[in-house]
Amino acid sequence: MSAVLKPVATAPLVEVHDLAKTFDVSAPWLNRVVERKPRQFVHAVDGISFSIQRGKTLALVGESGCGKSTVARLLVGLYAPTQGRVEFDGVDTATTFKSKDALALRRRMQMIFQDPYASLNPRWKVADIVGEPLKEHGLLQHASGTGARADKDEMKARVAQLLQSVGLAAADVEKFPHQFSGGQRQRISIARALATQPEFLVCDEPTSALDVSVQAQVLNIMKDLQRKQGLTYLFISHNLAVVRHVSDQVGVMYLGRIVELADKGDLFARPRHPYTRMLLDAIPDIHMSGRARTPVQGEVPNPLNPPSGCSFHPRCPHANARCKAERPALKLFGGALIACHGVEEGRI
Amino acid sequence: MPNALLEVRNLRVEFPTRRGTLVALDDISFEIAPGEILGVVGESGAGKSLTGAAIIGLLDPPGRVASGEIRFDGRRIDNLPYEEMRKVRGRQIGAIFQDPLTSLNPLYTVGRQLVETIMTHLPVTNDEARKRAIRLLEETGIPAAEARIDQYPHQFSGGMRQRVVIALALAAEPRLIVADEPTTALDVSIQAQIISLLKRLCKDHGAAVMLVTHDMGVIAETCDRVAVMYAGRIAEIGPVHDVIHVPAHPYTVGLMGSIPAMDEDRERLLQIDGAMPRLTAIPTGCAFNPRCPRVFERCKVERPELLPAGSTRAACWLHAPALREAA
Repeated sequence: MSAVLKPVATAPLVEVHDLAKTFDVSAPWLNRVVERKPRQFVHAVDGISFSIQRGKTLALVGESGCGKSTVARLLVGLYAPTQGRVEFDGVDTATTFKSKDALALRRRMQMIFQDPYASLNPRWKVADIVGEPLKEHGLLQHASGTGARADKDEMKARVAQLLQSVGLAAADVEKFPHQFSGGQRQRISIARALATQPEFLVCDEPTSALDVSVQAQVLNIMKDLQRKQGLTYLFISHNLAVVRHVSDQVGVMYLGRIVELADKGDLFARPRHPYTRMLLDAIPDIHMSGRARTPVQGEVPNPLNPPSGCSFHPRCPHANARCKAERPALKLFGGALIACHGVEEGRI
Repeated sequence: MPNALLEVRNLRVEFPTRRGTLVALDDISFEIAPGEILGVVGESGAGKSLTGAAIIGLLDPPGRVASGEIRFDGRRIDNLPYEEMRKVRGRQIGAIFQDPLTSLNPLYTVGRQLVETIMTHLPVTNDEARKRAIRLLEETGIPAAEARIDQYPHQFSGGMRQRVVIALALAAEPRLIVADEPTTALDVSIQAQIISLLKRLCKDHGAAVMLVTHDMGVIAETCDRVAVMYAGRIAEIGPVHDVIHVPAHPYTVGLMGSIPAMDEDRERLLQIDGAMPRLTAIPTGCAFNPRCPRVFERCKVERPELLPAGSTRAACWLHAPALREAA
């Protein structure tokens, strides 16, 4: 499974082309007929493209409702894309998920969810939670024939090993999720995700439900695992400080689109898109450097009825007539991809 | 401190349960001066929200103030009868809660809720109350306040609702506002708006604030002093700048180090191993001793009180006078 054996080791592990997902949120049929309500659609993800190199971390940031979790679900196949393609290791995932190779592909990508209280079955012991992927994917050597006894022993050993890799004790296998704290539960879900020895982990706000000191523990574990096992991460978060700590590349999303995609160093040192600047400006400054903050007016618009042109224009201090009429495309400016007329025209 | 607006002395809050009494807050003492903003920070379960609830007299049963006292403007308020406390709450002490949706009544218009609050506490007519309500909404930055006053909470976005809640808290010109995680449910860009609004309005109205939050950044930008809580006690209290830059308690040091910073690169974050103890299993001595990197014998047997440590006060034996002299 090592990347060296692949013919093109430098090709990105994950490539996303013009990916979109539309949800039908129309009123029920009867209401549409009687009250003459139109059909309604939410463009949760509206044509985004990016790629993730092996062993690297791409972070997607944005406020609630910007479509970042939908991207996560599209990537692991929990949603089928309305438009566009996701390529994993050169293979189109949408067709693979429908074929008999689906299980093999799923084994290679796993997901960590936000809420460690909701993502673990409260009636299962840790041994069963972490062991399930092993069983499901037939990853035990004795899976066929040689007897349930050997099977059980091997499973126990593997689960214990997985728990130890995330800093839990092997003896914890006999416990139920309620006997753990939030941070420990999130480690259990990381252990579960690692059970199939995946190459790609999609982490949807993995530390948002945790306290800072516990968040630090989980982030450290995730970084250690990446270094040791060469994992590739898609890391979704609304917390820019966390993103800055874990990522190599950052994509900033606003209403279903990527507005800026750049290397971490660039993005934080020289944010170009007005929305990125606004997000960076909005973070409370713990060191009280006395930096002047300009609280941006307005809120995220209703995604059912997004503004014309650049969807950020009602809140943007640099908006002009063109921004209201024409939707900017993501273009390369000095190493960063930015979707902004202002940057293109050199106004910003 | 004779001129303190709020004075909390040795507050202890207990929850009697069938399996014994849980001590949720133990020996909490602090004061808030008029117009001052005190931040209360800590991890979930540290008792910060409970401290706020005890002050506004809204402890959920069976929780009760077991000992100690809370004085507001010199008058003891922790033992007031329910009806008496109702007059203090809202009029003298306003409250802002975390979730702006559940703190507004979905069946009444925003205006009706504001007018009701104003008329309950102030001797004004209905018309005057309405005018005042519109002015409050304008002050909190709600556009077209005159039209929006007759709308229902569901017609407002999250950030706008929290503005309404702030308007409600300020309606009767209270002298203290207890704000419990007022920005936690909001997006970052809205968070900054709400924090600067809260800060400005409280200054304009001369209200003191007790700001409960787990976000150190919010504390740094907003507060004058900060109390760091751990396992139902205050671990460290002092001026914000000093607590952040020269923390005296090992827990505060760990807490600060575990926050990913925006202006420095570190491969690993500083982490405090383990987790905060449950209320049923608070260790003897200092509650932080099993996780403390600088623990020594005395920490395991004797519980430290708040001791002067530089410009702050910390509940840590490292700052015991005898030890400091020896060092």
